Amino acid sequence: MINPFLFWVIAIVTVVPSFALLFARKAVHVAVAVVMVMVGLAVAYIMLAAPFLGMVQIVVYTGAVMMMFVFVLMLIGVSGKESLVETIKGQRWISLLVATGIGVFLVGVVSRVIFQVQEPTVGNPDAIAGALFGRMVVVMETLGFVLIVAAVGALVLTHVPRLVPKHTQREIAEDRVRVGANPVNKPMPGVYARHNALDVPALDPTGQPIEESISRVLEVRHQNQDEEPYRAHLEKGKPE
Amino acid sequence: MSPVAFIYLAVVLFSIGSASVLLRRNAIVAFMGVELMLNASNLAFVGFSRIHGTVDGQVLAFFVMVVAAAEVVVGLAIIVAIFRARESISLDDPSEMRG
Repeated sequence: MINPFLFWVIAIVTVVPSFALLFARKAVHVAVAVVMVMVGLAVAYIMLAAPFLGMVQIVVYTGAVMMMFVFVLMLIGVSGKESLVETIKGQRWISLLVATGIGVFLVGVVSRVIFQVQEPTVGNPDAIAGALFGRMVVVMETLGFVLIVAAVGALVLTHVPRLVPKHTQREIAEDRVRVGANPVNKPMPGVYARHNALDVPALDPTGQPIEESISRVLEVRHQNQDEEPYRAHLEKGKPE
Repeated sequence: MSPVAFIYLAVVLFSIGSASVLLRRNAIVAFMGVELMLNASNLAFVGFSRIHGTVDGQVLAFFVMVVAAAEVVVGLAIIVAIFRARESISLDDPSEMRG
């Protein structure tokens, strides 16, 4: 019937990574663990005489859904810290109690049922298509409609209306000249400096370091070089 | 070994998923908990389909997968929209919505 060894392998491969949903700190680790659970479930479907669903599970869940989760994590920042302050007092213990209660309740229901296991019908694409486009063809059509509505809904939800007209490059240049700012590009970092690395400020014609020449990103990350050594070096080399 | 064992596995996975939804405050992690619950119900569907020897459960699991895919699309779009509005995906932050 069912190979016990394979069942226990699937049980371990699905249950152990799913605990990452409760204990892992970083959302990316959770996503990778859930991918593992999905692959284990695909093997379980193939064991349960549903090879078509096993393939669909891998393609849809690990291929599309979890990758979309990872994309969104990339979009909104991986380093989102989770606050551990409880806004509802005792929420941790109440929720653990509720989840355990759900599990005990369902195990109690299932264990009271006497199952008479029949001979399996293999769920190959032929058998699934026979049911899908035969008796359940209306449900199938409705699901197509649901998918279209979901796609349009996602487009509408993530669409940001433009509040101000877009600046063209000519307008930006004219604004810069009108304000009296420096009309030319900022010097690249490393120009005329001791090194041509990105984190070394460029030097102006008088030999002074230009702080704006370093990318703002490096400054935010505190990855830029301190300019004091350069300034001191320049002072030293300057003729009296 | 009877295929009923997979029903118990589905129960365990469903409980872990629900605990995750109740515990975690990161919206994306809680959402993955919902996905785990949907997958556990799929496993139960396929297990029952195997026990009864028909493909009806598998077709239902297929429908659940399609609806879950649509739900993920809309849910992640909502999370991105909330993140754009308030720079946070903590589930505690939108509590000012209370009536």
